[in-house]
Amino acid sequence: MAETKAANPAVRPLFATQARWRPQEIAFWLLPIVAYVLFPDYLALARDVAIAALFALSLDLILGYAGLVSLGHAAFYGLGAYSAGLLAKAGWGEPFSGLLVAGAVAGILGLATSFLIVRVQHLALIMITMGVGFLLHEAANRAAFITGGDDGLQGVAIWPLFGKFTFDLYGRVAFIYALVVLFLVFLVARRLIHSPFGLSLRGIRENLVRMPAIGAPVQRRLQTAYTIAAVMAGIAGGLQAQTTQFVSLEVLSFERSADVLIMLVLGGTGRLYGGLIGAAVFIVARDQLSDMNPFYWYFWMGLLLVLVVLFARGGIIGGAERIWTLLRHRIGGRT
Amino acid sequence: MSDIALATVDLSKSFGALNATRAVNFALPVGARHALIGPNGAGKTTLINLLTGLLAPSAGRVLLAGQDVTRLRPDLRVKRGLTRTFQINTLFPELTALEAVTLAVCERIGVAGDWRRPVQKYRDAVAEAHDILSSLNMAQWCEQRTRQLAYGRQRMLEIALALATRPKVLLLDEPAAGVPSGESEELFQVISALPGDIAILFIEHDMHLVFRFASRIIVMVSGQILLEGTPAEIAADRRVREVYLGNAAIRHG
Amino acid sequence: MFLSFLGVMFDGIAYGMLLFVMSVGLSVTMGMMGFINLAHGAFAMLGGYVCTTLMNQYHWPYLLTLPAAFLAVVAVSVILERGLYRRLYGASDLDQVLLTIGLVFMSVATMTFFWGTAQQPVNLPSYLSGQWSLGGVGLGFYRLFLIGFGVAVSGLLIFTVERTSFGATVRAAVDNQKMAAGIGINVNGVFAVTFAIGSGLAGLGGALGVNMVGLDPTFAVKFLVYFLLVVSVGGLNSIGGTLTAALVLGVSDVAGKYYVPAVGAFIIYAVMVALLMWRPNGLFGRRS
Repeated sequence: MAETKAANPAVRPLFATQARWRPQEIAFWLLPIVAYVLFPDYLALARDVAIAALFALSLDLILGYAGLVSLGHAAFYGLGAYSAGLLAKAGWGEPFSGLLVAGAVAGILGLATSFLIVRVQHLALIMITMGVGFLLHEAANRAAFITGGDDGLQGVAIWPLFGKFTFDLYGRVAFIYALVVLFLVFLVARRLIHSPFGLSLRGIRENLVRMPAIGAPVQRRLQTAYTIAAVMAGIAGGLQAQTTQFVSLEVLSFERSADVLIMLVLGGTGRLYGGLIGAAVFIVARDQLSDMNPFYWYFWMGLLLVLVVLFARGGIIGGAERIWTLLRHRIGGRT
Repeated sequence: MSDIALATVDLSKSFGALNATRAVNFALPVGARHALIGPNGAGKTTLINLLTGLLAPSAGRVLLAGQDVTRLRPDLRVKRGLTRTFQINTLFPELTALEAVTLAVCERIGVAGDWRRPVQKYRDAVAEAHDILSSLNMAQWCEQRTRQLAYGRQRMLEIALALATRPKVLLLDEPAAGVPSGESEELFQVISALPGDIAILFIEHDMHLVFRFASRIIVMVSGQILLEGTPAEIAADRRVREVYLGNAAIRHG
Repeated sequence: MFLSFLGVMFDGIAYGMLLFVMSVGLSVTMGMMGFINLAHGAFAMLGGYVCTTLMNQYHWPYLLTLPAAFLAVVAVSVILERGLYRRLYGASDLDQVLLTIGLVFMSVATMTFFWGTAQQPVNLPSYLSGQWSLGGVGLGFYRLFLIGFGVAVSGLLIFTVERTSFGATVRAAVDNQKMAAGIGINVNGVFAVTFAIGSGLAGLGGALGVNMVGLDPTFAVKFLVYFLLVVSVGGLNSIGGTLTAALVLGVSDVAGKYYVPAVGAFIIYAVMVALLMWRPNGLFGRRS
């Protein structure tokens, strides 16, 4: 076996191309810079997109890659938000360490609940994720003396970034801050996806039964993925708390969990960029249509979900892939 | 005892009132090429599920290389060298053949938990996966997604995944199921060519293949082992003929 | 003290019976096809709106709106099952969740569009409005009616499942779909009927319950959580389990709100999570 190891030249490129940065990816990351230049009045919205994108990315890790259906991911988002908010309110307003705390606290909850998550499937899994979400929401509601309850957490005072950049009224600093954090976490996620661990997550998603049969410790893998996703969601929540300087109960709501699920599915699960694209489309659409009766929004969103499930599984990216393949065949057919 | 790769002691499994497996005692020596035959519903796949840990027994023990693994998790049994393939293709539809086998190799060498380095950095693992696929004449399809592979190729991939774990004991559940007879011969040639120190037990219904490739046959009926012996002994046995083979098969024995 | 305790128990049992009627369909259909139908709450809500509209706008008598609600929801569920649900029986959990969430959103938006966000008023007929004083405890007629109704429904269901040939085909289809199909049972047909009846019962429960739990467009989501709680705790496919879980939940909810309002729903969720950890298939469930 030893002499064949390095000698096969055909093998080396096969995996290498996966992890290389493609031109579409570079183009994608130029878009926020373009947005910054072209839409200086919409930076608060752009900031929201970046935060939602991070949240959706964290869900993609467990849903798109590991195949765990969670209807309670907002628990980590909200816990991160309240952690960062309470820390600042208590007097420590340094943003980066605040994010670390937000991620860490959410990660602890993620690790704790991961023991429950990996032992159940299907309905029980959905119920437990929902249950943890409702539990946290109720707890935050009852503990209004800490969280501010329905009025929300106020007095979240964040110190300037690096001691120099205060969060300005136009939202410039906030947007850049959120974008940079998103990008850094994205890099970590991207590495993870292309690693052996990422491959094993996809294996778990594709066939749960086969994994132990090739020697994989499935529960341990899922727990790790779930915890990492919780940390990422917590950081996203922390970003929201710090950039808006306010935290409301809504960050722990079922609606939040449902929204991020919709964003991810809209963009396309298991495709790394799906959550980012879906978040952008969802947030921008909701903003543009906000003067519409909110109930129309729910109707069309519901219809869109039904249509996506029936005809466009794979979301926007899936649809784009199919169009691309069709075009390639057409072009290939002609020449 | 040291040359018995896998053994059971009074292994039993009941589902309520249904006794699927009754006090099964058998031993699989190192280097075995044994076949497990029996009518449908005899409990053959159930036995494999018990051996691998997918099912917990109601009573009895499973011994792997002399060690009691009855309470051991399935993935840990694989780590100790006990691997099985599935009767119905149990593969990863969206993964390419190469990705699937590489995953199995990574699991074996213990790097599948690494979330920091890209897969391509593990060149040896990828190369080994490619070698395994090549040895099964699958090299040209290694970049295809599993769901796009032809059925026969998927059956080969089942075996490739098992080989990637470097098993000491290999349990094959109807490896040639649904495969046309030309290809099934090829498949069994591959199985025969496996290293001599691997113990192989395969379930098969095709008696041509059984009598050609097995050095010993175990006959299972209604959850119990009816008889065990060389192909000639089995073919000649009256009870086996009645229960399973039918008189036509005797001519092939 | 003891009297108020009896009163709480009485209320709780009535509430539990209501939850049972609404949830039992979900338990059986989820157990049979493994289809995660999050739109079940919307079916209940639809039944409620049928009842209130018929009563408030067309002045139907209350008791007549109940079968109307049942039939209306049966009709809608048949259309949905044929047109949509059938396509996703083998689909992943996620797809089923998304499809049914989409339907919930659409139904909530539709109800809001036609009826607004306000609570729907319902006036009970006089023979249901009074109460019966038994040893100092006031037993409301309406709640007695709910309890009686729940007992009747559970009795009817158990009789149907255990004693009729239809029930036998249902049990066969649940136990082993392939085998049932193999002996000539039209599994799809059985499921369609079961789904229709189960959804109809949800609608009937929605109509029954307007007086007790109110009705507005958020009903679909609010009560979905309770239905899922009942079903996952009680176990799929188990009528007895659903009944038990519904009663336990009903009593706990009422008692919790009465005795420890500060804690409220928190306990229920915590208990549910703990129970699911102990028995992922529910207290009485079997893996389908």
